[in-house]
Amino acid sequence: METLKQIKKTMQESRSLYKEKDFINGAYIKNLKGRSMLSGFSPTTVERVIIQQLFNGLALGMAYSLIAVGYSMVFGILRLINFSHGAVYAFSAHMALFFIGMQFGIIPAIIISIIITGMLGIVIDKTALEPLRKKNSMPIASLITTIGMSNIIQNLLMIFFNTERKTFPAFFDFGMLNFGGVQINSTQIVMCVVSLALLIVLTLIINKTKLGLAMRATEQNSKAASLMGINVNFVISFTFFLGGASAAIAGALISGYYQIVYPGMGFMVGLKAFAAAVLGGIGVLYGSVVGGLVVGVSESFAATFLGSSYRDSVAFIILILVLIIRPTGLFGKKDIKKV
Amino acid sequence: MDKKMKKETSNNLILKFETFVDKYKLLLAAVCTVLLLVFPYMGVNQYILRIVIMIGIYSMLALGLNILTGYTGQVSLGHAGFYAVGAYTASLVALKLGANFFVATLAGAALSSLCGLLLGLPTLRLKGTYLSIVTLGFGEIVKMITMNWDKVTNGTLGLKNIPKPVIFGVKLTLSNNGLYYLMLVLVALTALICMLIIKSKIGRAFMSIKEDELAATMMGIKTTQYKILAFVISAFITGIAGAFYASMIGFIDPNSFTFDISTLIISIVIMGGMGTIRGMFLGSAILIVFPEVSRFMMDYRFVVYGIVLVLMMRFRPQGLLGWKSQLPYKFPKLARQELEKQDKSILNTL
Amino acid sequence: MAYLQVNSITKQFGGLVAVDNVSFEVEKGEIVSIIGPNGAGKTTVFNMLTGVYTIDSGEIIFDGTPIHNTNPYNIVNRGISRTFQNIRLFPNMRVIENVLVGTHIRTKYGFFDALFRTGRYKKEESEKVVHAAKVLKDIGLGNRINDYAQNLPYGEQRKVEIARAIATDAKIILLDEPAAGMNPQESDELLCFIRQLRDKGYTIILIEHDMSVVMNISDRIYVIDHGKKIAQGLPGEIANNECVIEAYLGGVKKDA
Repeated sequence: METLKQIKKTMQESRSLYKEKDFINGAYIKNLKGRSMLSGFSPTTVERVIIQQLFNGLALGMAYSLIAVGYSMVFGILRLINFSHGAVYAFSAHMALFFIGMQFGIIPAIIISIIITGMLGIVIDKTALEPLRKKNSMPIASLITTIGMSNIIQNLLMIFFNTERKTFPAFFDFGMLNFGGVQINSTQIVMCVVSLALLIVLTLIINKTKLGLAMRATEQNSKAASLMGINVNFVISFTFFLGGASAAIAGALISGYYQIVYPGMGFMVGLKAFAAAVLGGIGVLYGSVVGGLVVGVSESFAATFLGSSYRDSVAFIILILVLIIRPTGLFGKKDIKKV
Repeated sequence: MDKKMKKETSNNLILKFETFVDKYKLLLAAVCTVLLLVFPYMGVNQYILRIVIMIGIYSMLALGLNILTGYTGQVSLGHAGFYAVGAYTASLVALKLGANFFVATLAGAALSSLCGLLLGLPTLRLKGTYLSIVTLGFGEIVKMITMNWDKVTNGTLGLKNIPKPVIFGVKLTLSNNGLYYLMLVLVALTALICMLIIKSKIGRAFMSIKEDELAATMMGIKTTQYKILAFVISAFITGIAGAFYASMIGFIDPNSFTFDISTLIISIVIMGGMGTIRGMFLGSAILIVFPEVSRFMMDYRFVVYGIVLVLMMRFRPQGLLGWKSQLPYKFPKLARQELEKQDKSILNTL
Repeated sequence: MAYLQVNSITKQFGGLVAVDNVSFEVEKGEIVSIIGPNGAGKTTVFNMLTGVYTIDSGEIIFDGTPIHNTNPYNIVNRGISRTFQNIRLFPNMRVIENVLVGTHIRTKYGFFDALFRTGRYKKEESEKVVHAAKVLKDIGLGNRINDYAQNLPYGEQRKVEIARAIATDAKIILLDEPAAGMNPQESDELLCFIRQLRDKGYTIILIEHDMSVVMNISDRIYVIDHGKKIAQGLPGEIANNECVIEAYLGGVKKDA
């Protein structure tokens, strides 16, 4: 009896395995219809595409997570979806482009853009959000304010830089690297490494410095933090600076990757990064990283296997599913109801 | 002290204004009705008529969102999704099945409210901002479906030649003013329905959820059910607006229902005054007319639009018409009679 | 069995045991007080009684039916209603509307009755409005019907909360520190009103941390400290109970 069951089981398993492979093959074949690559070993081609797309997704996902931490940190402290963050990201790319145009080197230009974008974050907070906090106004007022700020920034970009798509130098392209038959673009590796390094730096700032301690305290209870002598408004401004600066780095990376810059570029990327932040659990830094990777990888797979028009929405489908199962995201903490 | 005095005087002004309106309400209503009815004959061109109809459509959209956001306190960032569902469903029913406008509109509104029901279900677990995020995702997913379901929605090319409404064999168009009058009827009906719902236990349940959800729960209000109901009503109204829009314009594509539309509807609700019905008309009038009259500012007009939003939130977050009524509470007629019989003192102290 | 029977209920938050094996009973028409120092777990007991929290173990039986771990709607529907320690009114609604929200659970007309303004809607709506107005008049807020809840002084806001709880047609009313923030005169008036409520047949459970408030009006008193019941009895007994004195004064020894 036992053996019979076992045989049955293995048979079922192998059948399901077979189906799965077939399915992937089918989708792949459909996708690459008419291309010559399909000759020879099809399984390895599938694997290759999968691995390449995986790297594609990972690189993009790391850059998303740099934008996502901006949403996440601001949401953690202010409980506010900062809709201007996408526009801030677009702003950073244009600043980088502008300073690159001034001909004093790409890296200095990007550093300047990082600083300026960080400053823009502070300006948004000081001019638009801080007055609302002082008046204790409703959350939706702040939300609309950030939408208004996004409008202002994006349309100013259109006025000063035109609406057309401008090319951005591929400043960190060192050609293709070959890993055992899998070709990986060096830009992707640079994106991964730079993002990862910056996220580690951010984590260190938040967990090891005095300012980071103040940030965490403010996030937990801003009133108590202010009673302990923490300058809450400064902490919030600093958070906006960090958010803007990391968005600027992501801006430089993603622009260098796609080599295109235009004023409306921040909108979709912003929404997706935001989805990533929520997905991972907002207010949790490593959550943003995981969320960013999930969004990036699912996006590049969806683009390959379903068609490019699906790429922008997969993030939201995953987001909704995750939120319904875990209301505070993958790593978010649950609050206890206080009465 | 100074602030308190200022508030008092503004309340007095509101009271005076409201008493005036209340006193002459029949006359004012008659004047408004007559003005609205003869408006197309006051020498306006089609361009202006079209703008006025758009104001009507956005008033409906705002009234719909207002039920959800203004009264129940659930912020939706995906109302363009409901708008699209209503518009696409109605257009498809009209185009493929040849149904007349009213059947198609009902179908659109029904499917839209079904989406509202589905979207309301996560309220079981999600609160506040997280719910808004789900609505945002809903809007994006609807857009994805309209873009990719080529067989049905015709993808990015959109639907063309959507038939105009026909009543008793008369085709309603812009030039015979039929669309204008249909818009008036729809807006009036929507506003009436909102009013009837709000002034009942259902409206009070909505408001109590917005004010303090836990306290509402503790009074035995099934808050989840009421939030879902708010979603359904809101989606129904939005769906009707979508169906009418599609029929009026005659062409829809996924780009007619972007995230910008969702934020525009929210901006209208807030600018007019959340939780008021009067505010929705003013809000949509301002935000629909603004881009048209500010053409002279050219590219700067959307910058100005953003600045207006920011300043508005800073200096008048309750909206232009968002005041609380200072008139005495209006007892239902029967209750007033009953109190007069039983205990006049309560009425006298007012 | 008593009217409300609470059998060894326990609530844990992570490692913290907020309420530990607390039992008490309340008879119909009594005023029972639960007292204890701040942070003793009194409000947690209320939250378990009203369905805000589920209980980890034990049972709550009201009028012969278990009501623990059901939803708040069920509990209110069966006749238990409450007020809150930090006032939780609906600030931007009028006083009478606040009380009308209390009558919601007893208002049976449906969505379409409201939409078409049927006879049923009109009849029931006016009944509830008259009821709410009367409740408000009884509690001494007859002249405040029109006002928005947020514009009322603190003491009156507390009264609106009580009125709202009464309007649910509650049989047991749970009052969470009703006299907090009131001056002595207001507090006396309120206690007088609570006594009247009992005389009308309501059962009252009071939470207080100030012992002097409850001594005069309670029929019986339970004392909680650190989540555990440490004493129970008549007011006179409690006032002289050593454990209670110790809990309040913080470990004062008998001979000190």
